[in-house]
Amino acid sequence: MARSVIDVSGLPTYAFGSRVTPWWGTFSFCLLEGTGFALGIGGYLYLAVTNKDWPKDAVPLSLLWSALFTLVLVISALPNFLIKRAATRESLRSVRLLLLIMSAVGLVLIGLRIMEFSALPVRWSDNAYGSFVWLLLGLHGVHVLTDVADTLVLTVLMFTRHGTGKRFSDAEDNAFYWYFVVLSWFPLYAVLYWLPRF
Amino acid sequence: MSPAVEERHETRDTDLGDEELRVRLSKTWGSARGLIGILSTVDHKIIGIRYAVTAFVFLLAGGIMAIIMRLQLARPDSHLVDAELYNQLFTMHGTTMMFLFGVPVGEAFAVYLVPLMVGTRNIAFPRLNAFSYYVYLFGGLMLWGGFALSIRPDVGWFSYVPLANLNFTPGKGPDYWAQMITFTEVAALAVSVEIVVTVLKQRAPGMTLDRIPLFVWTLLVHSFIIIFAMPAIMLASSMLIMERLVGTQFFNPDAGGDPLLWQHLFWFFGHPEVYIIFLPGTAFVSAIVATFSRRPVFGYLPMVLSLIAIGFLSFGLWVHHMFVTGLPEIGAAFFTASSMAIAIPNGVQIFCWIATLWDGKPVLKTPLIFVLGFFFIFVAGGLSGVMLASVPIDTQVHDTYFVVAHFHYVLIGGTVFPLVAAVYYWFPKVTGRLMDERLGKWQFFLAFTGFNITFFPMHLLGLHGMPRRVYTYPAETGWGGLNLLASAGALLFFASFLLMLYNMIASARSGALAGDNPWGADTLEWATSSPPQPQNFDRIPCVTSGSPLWDQGDHKAVVGGLKVDERELVVTSLTEARPDIREESPAPSIWPFLAAFATAAAFIGSIYTPWAVTWGSPVVAILLVAWFWPKTIEENV
Repeated sequence: MARSVIDVSGLPTYAFGSRVTPWWGTFSFCLLEGTGFALGIGGYLYLAVTNKDWPKDAVPLSLLWSALFTLVLVISALPNFLIKRAATRESLRSVRLLLLIMSAVGLVLIGLRIMEFSALPVRWSDNAYGSFVWLLLGLHGVHVLTDVADTLVLTVLMFTRHGTGKRFSDAEDNAFYWYFVVLSWFPLYAVLYWLPRF
Repeated sequence: MSPAVEERHETRDTDLGDEELRVRLSKTWGSARGLIGILSTVDHKIIGIRYAVTAFVFLLAGGIMAIIMRLQLARPDSHLVDAELYNQLFTMHGTTMMFLFGVPVGEAFAVYLVPLMVGTRNIAFPRLNAFSYYVYLFGGLMLWGGFALSIRPDVGWFSYVPLANLNFTPGKGPDYWAQMITFTEVAALAVSVEIVVTVLKQRAPGMTLDRIPLFVWTLLVHSFIIIFAMPAIMLASSMLIMERLVGTQFFNPDAGGDPLLWQHLFWFFGHPEVYIIFLPGTAFVSAIVATFSRRPVFGYLPMVLSLIAIGFLSFGLWVHHMFVTGLPEIGAAFFTASSMAIAIPNGVQIFCWIATLWDGKPVLKTPLIFVLGFFFIFVAGGLSGVMLASVPIDTQVHDTYFVVAHFHYVLIGGTVFPLVAAVYYWFPKVTGRLMDERLGKWQFFLAFTGFNITFFPMHLLGLHGMPRRVYTYPAETGWGGLNLLASAGALLFFASFLLMLYNMIASARSGALAGDNPWGADTLEWATSSPPQPQNFDRIPCVTSGSPLWDQGDHKAVVGGLKVDERELVVTSLTEARPDIREESPAPSIWPFLAAFATAAAFIGSIYTPWAVTWGSPVVAILLVAWFWPKTIEENV
């Protein structure tokens, strides 16, 4: 049987963005986690519409810690963008520095979220509104926590002998996921903090 | 590193002859022996077989539950089992069939076949794949282990609140149920992500979007449905367990909650779930109809568009499970319309298959015979489905045996008949031996008659008013005769599976040798040996048509230039499948097993104390770091 060959020996062993499989994996997880957020918000709104006591139950949450959280989160998009760029350029120095910054930002965000929880005027067991506040904040908090943990491990990794090649692609992928953590916060913020005020 | 080692390291497939290449690749991609090796394997074929065997064991277990229920119902006023045990039986039967058999068996075939059909060497994220299997296994063992220890959910496979609340159902049964959901959904979601990425990025060069086999298209749509549907049930089951364990108020109307919120979240998942279970069946049918008609499936484009339409529409139907909950009229009208609309793409598929058979030269082997059985039963189930989509009819027969008849026609007809066909069809690929045809035909006779004798009378029983989920009924109702008939049919139907089991065991030992392509099929899984080598293909094929094995003629194009001693595979572009990267596929690892074990421990522990999550998470996190941390410098380049 005749056989012709397509030569792939010159192809790279890694790349960035949507060319590589981990990007699509992360993208798929964003889709499914985003669906989880959307359904959580849907459930919250469902009760807001069907429950006649909702306005009384829905004590507005304090704007202080959440405002700080939102501010830091929005600002974090900048170093996150720079990490993506530095990773694509495979600039080890910049990636290390920016990962340190992102780790610090992440820890600050976790601290702010803890303060938020401790200042909530309603407990999860008080009423369904309280349950949803804790559920949605917790759900997003878990996302912050896991991505910060991931960032910390990646930061350590980039300071070892493994900080090379494909690991730049990992750093880029991690930055991609952080955008999801940032973007998913806005609808939650609007629903949890501003909706009860109208 | 010595120059000799360096050289060996860089050997490419183009440097070697066929025989040597096969041996070397099989060593590179193989799994180690011994317990650690068995638990570390990342070969999608081995994991796929484990998924399938586990799912079939659960099918048997769920089937035995069904038989006990049928024996109980065979005559009126029976006391073979009491009401309490009966509640546990139908709960375990439904839960097992839906979550531990129906979904995972589709995953099993996807995991085994999709990488072969798209011409790659392993599934994307193979360690996640191994992890998902162990999580599924532990979830199933937890539910059934609990059952053995008398921790038994008894509130139905949908666990409606308020019945499933702590004050009406004390004990740990519903908690085990809710955590089992989390286990199996984690597994299903992981596999879906792997399938999406495998199909989008690991197709053999030249397999453009319009050359993807219909089987693969179907499982791609199937994976997307899972990605959008399963988060609903994970969210719902987490809310239920929090309601029971830490006192949240989501479903408590006295505290601003709503029991119907549970139903909405459950059925937002629950209706797509029907398609999650059914679509792998249609994938099998597309593959089998093409092969045994000796022509590609008629209407490739309408088939793919119908699949995508089914995917979208499946999310617009969930409220038809809630017609009797008192909905606004406009809502009922909308969901009636959408429930009828989904019959259109399903109908398009059926007509395309019939057209294929009509135009082809059908060869009546066991797989095709079971597919013909599928047409009959599934269409009957679809018609009663269109009846149920109408609110007045639904209100009359809600919670009667009419509904039981309907969904068994759809689920068994739509899924189990194609599944048996698929077992006969791919068994030779997996084992290298054909199953016995004569026994296959006997099995079909038993299954088809047994199924209809069991479930057709249930339509009538439902119309006569027999409610679901009653453990017995008085003789005066006159339901005894039809129930006895249904129970006799159930025994026949059950026997057909025992016959299949015997056929599988006997054929695996001494069936006729199959060779690479015993059916003369056209897709790539038949281009490799039976069973396939660990590397799947010695040389990655290049695809130039939608039926590569029928159209390649004497000219065979392959990929060259991959390393032989490393696990390299070709990543291609999204639409045109142009070769883009030589990506390294992860090697076997014990960490996914350990991570799954720790995850299971944390989940089970959380049923007893919320602190299990707090203490379990760092352990799981450490294991995940060990899993992902590069072990050698070479992995980074």
